[in-house]
Amino acid sequence: MADLYISEETADDIERAAVDASLGGRFVVVRESERLIRAGTSKRHGHRHLLLPALHALQNAKGWISPGGLNHVCETLQVPPAEAYGVATFYDLFRTDEPSQVGDVTHVCVDAACQIAGSAARIADLKAQGVNVHESPCLGQCERANDVTGEVAEFVQGVGGPDRVEADEQPYALFHQQGDESLRLLKRIGQVDPTSLASYREHGGYDALAAAIAMGAEAVCTAVADSGLSGRGGAAFPTGIKWRAVAAERGRPKHVVANCDESEPGTFKDRVVMENDPFAVIESLTVAGFATGAENGWIYIRGEYPLATARLQNAINQALEAGLLGDDAAGSGHRFNIEIRRGAGAYICGEETALFASLEGFRGEPRSKPPFPTTHGLFQEPTAINNPETLLNALEIVQIGADGYRSRGTERSPGTKLLCLSGRVAKPGVYEVEFGTTLGEVIELAGGITGSGELNSILMGGAAGSFVDASYLDMPITLEDARERGTTLGSGVVLAFTDEIDMVDILVRISQFFRDESCGQCVPCRVGCVRQNETMVVLQEKGSLTPDRRQLVDDIAQVMVDASICGFGHTATNAINSAIELGLVPGVPS
Amino acid sequence: MTATFETPVETSVSLTIDGEAVEVPAGTSIHKACESAGIDTPTLCWAENLTPVNVCRVCVVEVEGQRALVPSCARPAEEGMVVETDSDRVKHSRKMVLEFLGSGVNLDQAPELEKWIEHYGSDTGRYDQYDLPALKMGEAPKIQDNLYIRDYDRCVLCYKCVEACGDDAQHTYAIAISGRGFDARISTEFDVTLPDSACVYCGNCIGVCPTGAIQFKTEYDLREADDWRPDDQDVTRTVCSYCGVGCNLELHTQDDKIVKVTSPADHSVTSGMLCIKGRFGWQYVQPLDPPTRKQ
Ligand SMILES: Cc1cc2nc3c(=O)[nH]c(=O)nc-3n(C[C@H](O)[C@H](O)[C@H](O)COP(=O)(O)O)c2cc1C
Ligand code: SF4
Ligand code: SF4
Ligand code: SF4
Ligand code: FES
Ligand code: FES
Repeated sequence: MADLYISEETADDIERAAVDASLGGRFVVVRESERLIRAGTSKRHGHRHLLLPALHALQNAKGWISPGGLNHVCETLQVPPAEAYGVATFYDLFRTDEPSQVGDVTHVCVDAACQIAGSAARIADLKAQGVNVHESPCLGQCERANDVTGEVAEFVQGVGGPDRVEADEQPYALFHQQGDESLRLLKRIGQVDPTSLASYREHGGYDALAAAIAMGAEAVCTAVADSGLSGRGGAAFPTGIKWRAVAAERGRPKHVVANCDESEPGTFKDRVVMENDPFAVIESLTVAGFATGAENGWIYIRGEYPLATARLQNAINQALEAGLLGDDAAGSGHRFNIEIRRGAGAYICGEETALFASLEGFRGEPRSKPPFPTTHGLFQEPTAINNPETLLNALEIVQIGADGYRSRGTERSPGTKLLCLSGRVAKPGVYEVEFGTTLGEVIELAGGITGSGELNSILMGGAAGSFVDASYLDMPITLEDARERGTTLGSGVVLAFTDEIDMVDILVRISQFFRDESCGQCVPCRVGCVRQNETMVVLQEKGSLTPDRRQLVDDIAQVMVDASICGFGHTATNAINSAIELGLVPGVPS
Repeated sequence: MTATFETPVETSVSLTIDGEAVEVPAGTSIHKACESAGIDTPTLCWAENLTPVNVCRVCVVEVEGQRALVPSCARPAEEGMVVETDSDRVKHSRKMVLEFLGSGVNLDQAPELEKWIEHYGSDTGRYDQYDLPALKMGEAPKIQDNLYIRDYDRCVLCYKCVEACGDDAQHTYAIAISGRGFDARISTEFDVTLPDSACVYCGNCIGVCPTGAIQFKTEYDLREADDWRPDDQDVTRTVCSYCGVGCNLELHTQDDKIVKVTSPADHSVTSGMLCIKGRFGWQYVQPLDPPTRKQ
């Protein structure tokens, strides 16, 4: 690789100190001249994966990433400045122009749950107070949205101080199933001290890892396969098949990754688990590492989850100290360590291959499959990537066996499912329900529909999912029933709307979400998301779609489903199309 | 892996394309297999001399058993594959990809694309109805030196220039994709001018750009003067006289003046790539305004 040619700007002391602290200062920079840096072939394989942490440090230090600051990162990590700039400009939490207003930035959610609770009013209010406001996609705190109090989800991005969520300063009070004996995945929420390994152990923590070690790696993979567990991140891929494929790979470093990017609008289950039972995430990732023979564990967590990040880091530190991680993790004879990486505001980075690219220090652009992550995942090495809810299920499986696990749920959807209830329900929050429970029962569990209107639709599975109407209340929550009835469970979103809500506003926002979040790599999605949004805006202005515009909506959807690279483009038109089909949009020719 | 004698290495694969049996060497892309069967496939982000990025999706085909369409440029043909290149789904996707591009990007210097737009009946104008015109790239030309210009109003974001500047040829990494979604653009760091960037003026980005978004300043000036006449141009193949590597040059001349320099993509020495001397160093034949030099 060529040497690096950098611009004249240099970092100031604050930027230099922040970057050096984040990187640990083990780097040698060889300067040929003021602007020419000697670089080696280590560029792509060496330190590139530290780019994201370094950019976070710059952003936090000054509230933006300056040319001088970027140069310092580039020469330290040997990354070409144009590429580093390309990475920095990919993420919503980074800015590359100097802000006019210095200081903390309050991100306010404008997605569905908060939209109908009044985020527009809240934003106007904050702006009137002179607060530096940034409109944000779903912040993963949808259960906090409350149309009575007007509370909506917020996240404060710190400058010179830590990021924070003000609501986190109160004890968590939105878990409504405490004491329910039948809980499997959420049994410790509200019971265990999330900051204490001792407390976790008192509540049965690390029994599963001990059981897994006693069984042996192969038996764990077999139990997980026999249990019928499928992925909870959205795609419902059989976890046993994934783990066995990685276990079968020999001779290369292997990885297990917990996909904690949770950015699907309406989804907040992983956050509740990570904040309130973080050791369970660490233990289950360790089980996955043991079962697959991977030595490297990674947690990629969205940047807007400061409390979950801190709790997980604390859990890792305590586990390391107790020998539950490290060279001989829990006496298994197997080395296993976990590193946390923070995302920086990009929904697409939850897509597994985009997540790898992001973690490696590249733009979060999905890669084409095949090859699949089990052979070419993180750093092109064998990788098992799972949603934390999926991982939590593995803890149950190793303890109660595949048959015990299958004692609940249905034949094709065994076990339990975490659902994220929000919108116009009386008690929004995360609920663990047995597969087979009906949608109506779930809504009753959350206190039923509230507000002045009648239930008119439910968004299932998030923005990438689809709208259903009240005729679906008898639908059992299972993968097979959802598929048969043309909807999806996706990431477990159940977001209720009543008939006093203007659904066109909701659709405009959903289409704006996809427009903002597309990585932009492939033409069908990059342009299609914009055109879809434009047709929704026209619909809002005119009050109806003409037949030719209706044709356009269908044409756009078809090419995005057929020809996009990744699941983002494949699903970005679902919600809009289902809403039109359900007749939620006035004056649309069918 | 241990080699065994029982399983011979597969050297060719047989597949069916539009109902015809086709046999190609193992590892051949579906696109190449189509070509060998006499089927013309549109491509945009693919090039002989670059690693496939399969982002434009104009080359998609339908493969039996696959839910989504697959990019023919990047997917290797497999034994027993059944490929459709002219099904309704394929035609719709190609039509829409071209339509999307035409609705936001100036393609009037991309005759190959205009040909396919006509072929698939893409209606690039149907987005500009009502009071809400479809969003365009909306970029003004960047003219920062007298060697070449960048007019990103014509950019289809095919990644070719980035690949040529980076891993696939030049290893200079002066340009990359910045931004996200529709805001993505080809850019230097903080959009600094080319003379201030790492650019070494090899012009390899110009050589691979399919839409005229990057072009010689000489070509740009002639086009602006409405005096660009490809039909009146001669192409003379010669060998670069600067060093001993033996790069082949194609000198494009109009009215006996060199107006641009290319190298054949299939040439064994260059694979179409040159350095600043071969690309721009023709002043000893014909003077040019002095180039802007990097400080
Ligand atoms: C646009 C997009 C966003 C995604 N976001 C997430 C996410 O935030 N969390 C997650 O676990 N999976 C997400 N996924 C699914 C992942 O690609 C992957 O399938 C999943 O992490 C695998 O884990 P599982 O098998 O345990 O579900 C997303 C997929 C797409 C296409
Ligand atoms: S479908 Fe969208 S998000 Fe996925 S690769 Fe294409 S542009 Fe990016
Ligand atoms: S002229 Fe060469 S170095 Fe400059 S941007 Fe183009 S490919 Fe890169
Ligand atoms: S400038 Fe040309 S080569 Fe580069 S991405 Fe745009 S269209 Fe492709
Ligand atoms: S946090 Fe507002 S919709 Fe999820
Ligand atoms: S030419 Fe195949 S995807 Fe672009």
